[in-house]
Amino acid sequence: MTHAIWTEGLVKRFGGTVALGGVDLAVRTGTVHGLLGPNGAGKTTAVRVLATLLRPDAGHATVGGYDVVRDAHQVRQLIGVTGQYASVDEALTGMENLQLIGRLLGMSRRDTKQRARELLARFGLSDAAGRAAKTYSGGMRRRLDLAASLVGRPHMLYLDEPTTGLDPRSRLGLWDLVRSLVADGVTVLLTTQYLEEADELADELAVIDHGRVIATGTPEELKAKTGARSLAVRPADPVDVPVVISVVGQLAGVAPEVDGLVVTAPVTDPAVLPAAVRRLDNAGVVITELTLRNPSLNEVFLSLTGRPTEETTHTEQTEGALT
Amino acid sequence: MTTVTAPLARGLAARVSPIEGLQQTMTLAWRALVQIRHNPWELVDFSIQPIIFTLLFTYVFGGAISASTGKYLTYALPGILVMNMFFVTMYVGMGLNTDLTKGVFDRLRSLPLARWAPLAGRITADLLKQVWSIVLLLSTGVILGFRIGTTVLHVLAAVVLILVFALAFSWVSVLVGVLAKGPEKVYLLGMTTLFPVTVVSNVFVPTETMPGWLQAFVKVSPVTLLANASRGLMVGGPITGPALGSLLWAAMILVVFVPLSLCALKLRV
Ligand SMILES: Nc1ncnc2c1ncn2[C@@H]1O[C@H](COP(=O)(O)OP(=O)(O)OP(=O)(O)O)[C@@H](O)[C@H]1O
Ligand SMILES: [Mg+2]
Repeated sequence: MTHAIWTEGLVKRFGGTVALGGVDLAVRTGTVHGLLGPNGAGKTTAVRVLATLLRPDAGHATVGGYDVVRDAHQVRQLIGVTGQYASVDEALTGMENLQLIGRLLGMSRRDTKQRARELLARFGLSDAAGRAAKTYSGGMRRRLDLAASLVGRPHMLYLDEPTTGLDPRSRLGLWDLVRSLVADGVTVLLTTQYLEEADELADELAVIDHGRVIATGTPEELKAKTGARSLAVRPADPVDVPVVISVVGQLAGVAPEVDGLVVTAPVTDPAVLPAAVRRLDNAGVVITELTLRNPSLNEVFLSLTGRPTEETTHTEQTEGALT
Repeated sequence: MTTVTAPLARGLAARVSPIEGLQQTMTLAWRALVQIRHNPWELVDFSIQPIIFTLLFTYVFGGAISASTGKYLTYALPGILVMNMFFVTMYVGMGLNTDLTKGVFDRLRSLPLARWAPLAGRITADLLKQVWSIVLLLSTGVILGFRIGTTVLHVLAAVVLILVFALAFSWVSVLVGVLAKGPEKVYLLGMTTLFPVTVVSNVFVPTETMPGWLQAFVKVSPVTLLANASRGLMVGGPITGPALGSLLWAAMILVVFVPLSLCALKLRV
């Protein structure tokens, strides 16, 4: 098994703040590796070290077998980076932004133009290609930024919270893109605050908190470790609540919680969803709401650390501001 | 799973060749010039503004200071070229600051480029802007009555001297660009410091008309020295002394500001 990215005891301090307190990562070649953590966990710092933008204070990291400090130039030939904040030249058009990167990478004028057109089309920016990037919306800038990181067909792609600020359609588009890149053999390092996203994309996850990896594994393993998802059912008629309680209780094997009309119970098997529909239908219960909810990042943290994320409220505020 | 991987792609270049570095510099200079297309105000700034300035000084002060406007312009234009050069170097710092605050600099740093290419690209683009505004100012001057008193070769030498100084002074601009919080701060600082520094010189009026304490300052000012050298080369008069003085200033600025700027840049990114 080869590792595209390998870090050992990575430490980075900013003054008194320990952004990375000894991070070990092993990212297998050709997979998507998720870095999951709340605000300030150290995700961006880790990405910046691996992108040769920051020098670690201790420990070491290799990308494609090259040391990020000693062989930085080789590492830069392998990676594509999409930072947390779009880094496009606002005074250039979308087309010119991509051409700039292509020309800097030593591609010919013709190849550059062709590659730029291809990427603009792929990211739905063809119509805006000739407009200065300062006239782009936030989501369009992010997509242009993503396109820019792909101009050089990188072997490894770092995506730092790539879907923050994207509308649901663009988000799904990005997920598809990541999957197709991985199918082409690209290794992807992805940071996110959303368990759902990590669940969708990542082959393996590292949960980080306060600059330390506190859990690793596949999304399935982590979810198993962090406990159940919850099944919530709301009947149309209040009279049916007792029936719903008994059905949900049987499926979950524990006594459900009732909040108004909503009956909730933790479950582990995703097959409970169709089973619930069948049984409730058989019992003649009309339902207005039926959901199987993943544990939130907060719940993952709660079960991993025994405390909720400190900055959850802050996270929500930021999201609100960005959308 | 403690296997450390063998290099994924063998035979990656360990460094950038100087030729590639030069190509990257040219690409980045191209980019800085293309930016102007989408930011026409910048073009107005370094094209129309100096012309208005020249007109203003020629017609408002010219008559009072000198017998004719043509005669005054022949005295003042070499200095106005120098003054304008100082202002145009500000775009180096502004552009660099924009790149730093918008994250473009990080993007460039994550690419396999020569380390010096981003700065060199900015400075090269600035030199092209300098040439452009010198040509513009000289043409305007000639139309308004400026008379070259030497040869074309002398005039070219003056332009080269001004460009050499611009190259050196760009590094002051780089430092300001690295330290400033935003591009508009660079502009503000540039305007407020460059204006008095360039006016307190013999660009507009001969040194002898000033009070003694000011003369001492004006005589050693790089603006005066460079203006004198340009005047000598374009109109006639002493050349060697002021030209050497200007080059000495340029050297001193490089010695101080290159390491300072590079150090500040390293700390910021
Ligand atoms: N340039 C810097 N100077 C000082 N402190 C910094 C700097 N960059 C990061 N930090 C600190 O390091 C810690 C980790 O920051 P980092 O940006 O890596 O977190 P993150 O996991 O990416 O968070 P977010 O989800 O908000 O993006 C934080 O406490 C942050 O304040
Ligand atoms: Mg971050």
